[in-house]
Amino acid sequence: MSDLILLAISCIFVNNILLMQYLGNCPFLGVSKRMETATGMAMAVVFVLVMAGAITWITNAFILKPFGYEYLRTLAFILVIASLVQFVEMFLRKAVPALYAGLGIFLPLITTNCAVMGVCLINVKEEYSFIEALTSSLSYAIGFGLALILFAAIRERIILARVPRPLQDTSIGLVSAGMLSLAFFAFKGMV
Amino acid sequence: MAKTTVQEFTKGLWAEIPPFRLVLGLCPILAVTKTVENGVGMGIATTFVLVCSNVLISLLRSVIPKRVRIACFIVVIATFVTIVELVMQAFAYPLFLKLGIFIPLIVVNCIVLGRAEAFAAKHSPIPSLADGLGIGIGFTLSLTALAAVREIFGSGTFTVPVSGVALPVFGPEFQPFSFMIEAPGAFVCLGLMLCIMNMVGKK
Repeated sequence: MSDLILLAISCIFVNNILLMQYLGNCPFLGVSKRMETATGMAMAVVFVLVMAGAITWITNAFILKPFGYEYLRTLAFILVIASLVQFVEMFLRKAVPALYAGLGIFLPLITTNCAVMGVCLINVKEEYSFIEALTSSLSYAIGFGLALILFAAIRERIILARVPRPLQDTSIGLVSAGMLSLAFFAFKGMV
Repeated sequence: MAKTTVQEFTKGLWAEIPPFRLVLGLCPILAVTKTVENGVGMGIATTFVLVCSNVLISLLRSVIPKRVRIACFIVVIATFVTIVELVMQAFAYPLFLKLGIFIPLIVVNCIVLGRAEAFAAKHSPIPSLADGLGIGIGFTLSLTALAAVREIFGSGTFTVPVSGVALPVFGPEFQPFSFMIEAPGAFVCLGLMLCIMNMVGKK
């Protein structure tokens, strides 16, 4: 149990997926201008990443490994993730319209979010067991949400500040992401 | 709208150079630019995937049904990424280890899918080839530039691609500014380069 807690802390803070592993940066800059979109995206990622982590682990252990098709991992994973996202979208639209209204527009974007694919590949590379893979997927997703929401709060403040013209928009966004990353950098060596 | 093939090629080098003009594909840009060698390797791998997938998608554009086109694009792209992965494992294993999961992650690089959707699906193979090559070379140039800045200040060396020799730039007394090669430095450095691009070029 303590191993899992340690793994969770290391995935949320020490190896934060956005700020330390540089995965999923396109949505990080794209949807962080407003708090509502950032929260929506963060929830959608938590939702999909846990399922994708589980299902790609199963695909890898029971289909790719026994038949020696590991060289097709990239192709298999992206197909599994894409169809999972499609399926979740259809299911939510029918079954939970309220949740769909909140997450709907973010779901298709998740297919090309490299955080999802990246975590699935990390799970395989680190040879996690099924429980460990689930824990790491969930904690990476929480780390993603945490960083995204913090960053959205910073960007909402930046809009009110007077920024030099060439630095505006994405440029100042990247510099402030660097500062946020510096804060997370302090966790290095904790686990 | 009758742009020549040459124009399709050159727009990727300045007017639409990723990631400065098109803010896409940031993850590999930030992650692999610790040394010049990694940056160039990643750029070449991405260019190969971009050119091949652009040409193939443009050839298949009348066959692919509109509603499932994204899924078809992803399968095409994933095929070429797998080819790159296997070739790199065979011929450039040390580089493959350094780039790690970022090689399979070319699949979800927004630039590749973005060009397939925005350009190759609407144009014939020759302009698509030019577009892919131009954007790919532009991407490689940006990666190399960012990697050069980060490596020169962060570790005080310049790794010559292919040979892998790290040349010292400042002499032995130089204290490396290691902020630059860590994660925060990547963000700040890219942000400042974007600022310089905005100052130089008109919006």
